[in-house]
Amino acid sequence: MARRDTPEINAGSMADIAFLLLIFFLVTTTMDTDIGISRKLPEKQDPNVVPPILKEKNVFEVNVNRNDEILVEGNEYMQVKDLREAAIKFIDNGGGTAADLQSAGLSVCSWCEGDKDPSSSDHPKKAVISLQSDRGTSYAMYVAVQNELVGAYTDLRNKYAKKKFGRLFDDLTGKQQQEITTNIYPQIISEAEPTK
Amino acid sequence: MAKFGKKKKGLPAVNTAALPDIVFMLLFFFMVTTVMRETELKIQNPKLPSADQVKKLEKKSLVSYIYVGKAKDKTPGDKIQLNDRISSVSDIQSFIYSERAQHSEQEIPLLTTSIKADRKSSVGTITDIKLQLRDVNALKINYSTTKGSALDNIK
Repeated sequence: MARRDTPEINAGSMADIAFLLLIFFLVTTTMDTDIGISRKLPEKQDPNVVPPILKEKNVFEVNVNRNDEILVEGNEYMQVKDLREAAIKFIDNGGGTAADLQSAGLSVCSWCEGDKDPSSSDHPKKAVISLQSDRGTSYAMYVAVQNELVGAYTDLRNKYAKKKFGRLFDDLTGKQQQEITTNIYPQIISEAEPTK
Repeated sequence: MAKFGKKKKGLPAVNTAALPDIVFMLLFFFMVTTVMRETELKIQNPKLPSADQVKKLEKKSLVSYIYVGKAKDKTPGDKIQLNDRISSVSDIQSFIYSERAQHSEQEIPLLTTSIKADRKSSVGTITDIKLQLRDVNALKINYSTTKGSALDNIK
């Protein structure tokens, strides 16, 4: 009957050991999920290729200088908070007439809710946002501007998705999303090389 | 006096037998969720800008990181850190090639480069990095940010 006399192992300090480990993992754990603005760089261009000529009215020019000031369309100083609205107004303008767009194989933008101003963009597929920054621009400003421009497209896509499919863009199926990103509101943000 | 006599006996001790179980449960949770930092930062921890048009980076194994920020000894100018040392812009191409060597052929187009830059860095540095990345055809990039309003950046 020696077995019966085996003393029980004292487990009182088990909690202490577990706590020690727990605190170690608590301290070392990093809960950061990687998030950020995803962009795709343009492919390297052949220097001999002549870039296509764009009509000036189809280009939304955003300049950011080294003092983090934004100049839009070459004549209007703007705050970051107003940039998104201005970009939406430009993309969603849809001012092109059927005759203008025929050569590009497009028809009049029926989903655009803009002003149809003939001096602004013809069609969301032709609207190009050109972003020019300076080497001295701060990265925070640069990201803010990028964010607002991407945000303009997000807002437009959401609006369209809501109207057509009754859901937000992110909740659509891949095919519906692709339809919007290629034919309805393609994201055309072109970055010029920064000024020195 | 009978009241006081009773109290002297004391309350029974709270049973703590289940305490280790609780603690172990927490422990396992943190052990499973913990991600050990792979690289040690040689630059000051970059203060990321905030943005709201963010996407989550899926598949961490397909992401390579470029850190941009100030040196720890506060020398002026932006420093670029690849892996675990401070490098120059011209090292980026070999860095990308070495990252690609660790992946199979099919995964190479999916590789993303995440730029973790301090909000005070200059766009010039970022542009230099982007030009290098473009030259090696590493076109998918991600400007790492924290979630928040973009308007917080300008203050």
